[in-house]
Amino acid sequence: MALISCNNLTIGFEDRILYRDLSFEINSGDYLFVIGENGAGKTTLMKTLLGLKKLIAGEIKVESGLKLTDIGYLPQQTVVQRDFPASVYEIVISGFAGNLGFKPFYSKAQKKSAIENMEKLGIADLKNKCYRELSGGQQQRVLLARTLCAASKVLLLDEPVAGLDPYVTEEFYELINKLNREGITIIMISHDIPAAKKYATHILHITDEPSFNTKQQYFSEGHGADFAILKDNAN
Amino acid sequence: MQTLLEYLSYPFVRNALIVAVLIAFCSSLLGVTLVLKRMSYIGDGLSHVAFGALAIASVLKVTNNMLIILPITVVCAIVLLSAGKNRKIKGDAAIAMLSVGALAFGYLLLNIFSASSNLAGDVCSTLFGSQSILTLKQSDVNICLVLSVVVVVIFVVFYNRIFAVTFDETFAKASGVKVNFYNILIAVVIAVIIVLAMNLVGSLLISALVIFPAMASMRVFKSFKAVTVASCIFSVFCALAGIIIAILAGTPVGSTIVACDAVLFLIFCVIGAISPSKA
Repeated sequence: MALISCNNLTIGFEDRILYRDLSFEINSGDYLFVIGENGAGKTTLMKTLLGLKKLIAGEIKVESGLKLTDIGYLPQQTVVQRDFPASVYEIVISGFAGNLGFKPFYSKAQKKSAIENMEKLGIADLKNKCYRELSGGQQQRVLLARTLCAASKVLLLDEPVAGLDPYVTEEFYELINKLNREGITIIMISHDIPAAKKYATHILHITDEPSFNTKQQYFSEGHGADFAILKDNAN
Repeated sequence: MQTLLEYLSYPFVRNALIVAVLIAFCSSLLGVTLVLKRMSYIGDGLSHVAFGALAIASVLKVTNNMLIILPITVVCAIVLLSAGKNRKIKGDAAIAMLSVGALAFGYLLLNIFSASSNLAGDVCSTLFGSQSILTLKQSDVNICLVLSVVVVVIFVVFYNRIFAVTFDETFAKASGVKVNFYNILIAVVIAVIIVLAMNLVGSLLISALVIFPAMASMRVFKSFKAVTVASCIFSVFCALAGIIIAILAGTPVGSTIVACDAVLFLIFCVIGAISPSKA
């Protein structure tokens, strides 16, 4: 059975339906790119998946043992966060806040695992630095480390490279790719078609008639074929 | 110094100092969260509501006015918080309406029903704080003590979750934190603090106790824990300094404390600006 399967979803707001009958499956180890224009409903879809928005119609099934809160979410950065007085460690470990249960404080194991996640993403040396003093790329890594604390099987990233310079963007993609090779399922919202071509296994193109394909299908037929041509001309 | 020691030998002065320290400590705890969540205005709005509630309490001639003020303010805190998310009436406009409305009705009620000969003086002292802190009854001190302990315990127990909700609500919600519950909890605690602090600085000046310490320490310190601890020390120091100056110089307690806060805030700004690793 697929890790997450969505059947005939209707996505939108109470007074405005964005699209209907969306069905797709995500299997363990997949790297799904969700692309589409601004306002097409990518973030709305993700919020529905995460249970932050009510599902209008259709059903989302998750593999037994997986809960919707086991999907690690990396939201777009908010204005408040950019000048937030907190150390990197405080932010990373806050990923466990949802798993505290009835305990008020973090356990030893959680503290250790927070450090390990920071090491994995190469930010262990920033542990006591102030978040607002970091570069955009570093901040994004901190938030990613926090997401890894919250969930280690599926990551859902909402335009993680927005506002990063090309070099840092490439680094960040490589990092995600590494996590994916280690077995973490990735769902990425992005505008970046070349990156989708390079890294994705599947592509979900959101329009008023969304299409779900493997990468090969997508770039040889349908919407993606246009992009493939564009890309070739550019070269 | 001699006069100060003499004053300290009076129990009512000691009571005033204890209450001032407790209130200053509690009000600074959640200041950081309030400022960072862009909720400082809720504190301001609630303080006006508390004034209105006080007016109702005094018209009804309730002996223990806490019994009226506290529930009304807590309910309004919850209403304001949900109004903040309502798109039809803008959150900030709702708060403005509620707070100005409460202020107006409060004054109106007092004016119509009050038997006091010095109405203007009464109103002025509720708004800007009076010397009432020097006339606290033992029961007032006890209520203050209990509520402060409750506030501190709630803050410590939920510290990690409050941090998560403050830093990133969306993420916290997605990872299973009951965000709405904690938002309401924060609002309720704020309401309690405001009602407490009304004794100390009066309802118009309460926001200062909440916001100044947080804003000052945010300029200098770099982790959430350090900022929280620093703002507590900042706030307690200002309250003590303010109240002592007020006693010695005979100035109004509330405004002297807030003036101390403002001066120290400026000093922190300068420190923040010249410290080498400027944020």
